[in-house]
Amino acid sequence: MVNTTKFKINNLNIWFGAIHPLKEVNMQIFPNEILSIIGPSNSGKTTFLRMLNRLNELQDNFKMTGFVEYDKKDIRNIDVEFLRRKVGTVFALPLPLPLSIFENVAYGVRMYGGRNKKELELIVEEALKKAYIWEEVKDRLQESAFKLSGGQQQRLCIARTLAVEPDVILFDEPCSGLDPISTAKVEEAMLKLKQNYTIVLVTNNVKQAARVGDRTAFFLSGELIELDKTDKIFTAPADVRTDGYIRGKFG
Amino acid sequence: MRNTKRTQKIAFFFLFLATLLVVVPVGMIVVIIVQKGIPAINWQFLTDVPRQGMRSGGIFPAIIGTLYLVGGAIIFALPIGLLAAIYLSEYSKENFLSRIIKLAIVNLAGVPSVVYGLFGLALFVVFCKFGASILAGSLTLGIMILPIIITTSREALESVPYSFREVSLSLGASKWQTIRHIVLPNAIPGILTGTILGLGRAAGETAPILFTVAAFYLPRLPKSIFDQAMALPYHLYVISTQVPNVDEKIRYGTALVLLTLVLFMNLVAIIIRYKFRKKKKW
Repeated sequence: MVNTTKFKINNLNIWFGAIHPLKEVNMQIFPNEILSIIGPSNSGKTTFLRMLNRLNELQDNFKMTGFVEYDKKDIRNIDVEFLRRKVGTVFALPLPLPLSIFENVAYGVRMYGGRNKKELELIVEEALKKAYIWEEVKDRLQESAFKLSGGQQQRLCIARTLAVEPDVILFDEPCSGLDPISTAKVEEAMLKLKQNYTIVLVTNNVKQAARVGDRTAFFLSGELIELDKTDKIFTAPADVRTDGYIRGKFG
Repeated sequence: MRNTKRTQKIAFFFLFLATLLVVVPVGMIVVIIVQKGIPAINWQFLTDVPRQGMRSGGIFPAIIGTLYLVGGAIIFALPIGLLAAIYLSEYSKENFLSRIIKLAIVNLAGVPSVVYGLFGLALFVVFCKFGASILAGSLTLGIMILPIIITTSREALESVPYSFREVSLSLGASKWQTIRHIVLPNAIPGILTGTILGLGRAAGETAPILFTVAAFYLPRLPKSIFDQAMALPYHLYVISTQVPNVDEKIRYGTALVLLTLVLFMNLVAIIIRYKFRKKKKW
């Protein structure tokens, strides 16, 4: 693994009101890796993911201690719009905006402006190609994004995230609503994307973590139980709870 | 078994009866007004000033006055109402104070219109020294319809799915960009509904304009927003109760014009709303 660090998380605690979904998390995330995060529901996986681009603070009663560094800078000192552009999210459900296919991808780029029509068209095409959906939509860019199938919508959402030139992509259970074939396509896209991006993947599907993750982290009740190379986690986990979870004994 | 069926039939009957009770009076009002008002409608009635102590001639100044008042009220109330709604739904934190404010606004919609009239008299006519004028009347009507516009706009904004906002923010859009490009466009149909309700109410109310603008008899058009003006609802009141021997068809004709005006404004808004709905992509 490269010795630089993308994210450094130190003693991170998060509260929403009285609820304490993340407890004393310490971890590093390296460039160009796929880090899978597994664990049962309510183990704090998604909260952790949403911390990385400050989506958690959209909730009124959010509170945190500890710190998260992105490229060696505390994320609280980074302009939040810049951070969210650099650290993109693909949500659990395909959530296209109520716009055309083209406008969905162009949206983020438009928001920070300064592009003419030609450049925009190029960016959109490029992003759709990277998300492996260009061939399927190139003749219907002006149609509503809601006319696409679920799997296509999810790849459109990936393209939308790519269009704003992030360097980290957060996937929040991106295949939970998809059939096996669409899932395979999304996974294929992820594996190719890791050459240029750092990927954090939260998944409920343990096999998916084993298939695509370089390293795997296991969360339980808001605590990081174990984090190691994916092979190690799945063959010789250090903690009995990790072993129990990946064998399907609970969760 | 048979018992439940009979209960169901009886229930359906009463539900249907209740619906009928609502529809029949409305239908009758429209039929009677159209029947009795149509004979009065001609070009002179619509374009001439009232003559012979309002017993003949037309109602043109009252039509124009009402249009001015409704237009003025909307120009004043829509931007302010919309901005307030955006603040309440998007920016204000959920706490005791914001709940009190929201509750107060909902309750303001139920305040009797004559109270708004008195308020307008004290604030705009006397204190601001606008006198009885189109300006004072428009502002009074505007204040009266503000709660309607705020409440319906707020509901329209809040009905835009939260996930759209989150997606927009996660792409690096600012909060205002999210509101401007995602929330507002999808809330426009609902906001227009509020505006329609406001328009109809502003056009039809008599009490708020009674002290603030309405002229008893002014057979010319207003020259500026500081002029008094005639208005259809007040004119209708005057010729129905204050002036003896006014031909019935003139009264019903005036009512018909007012009704048509309100329905026409509603129609325009409904068409705009329909156009936006068709563009909606979810």
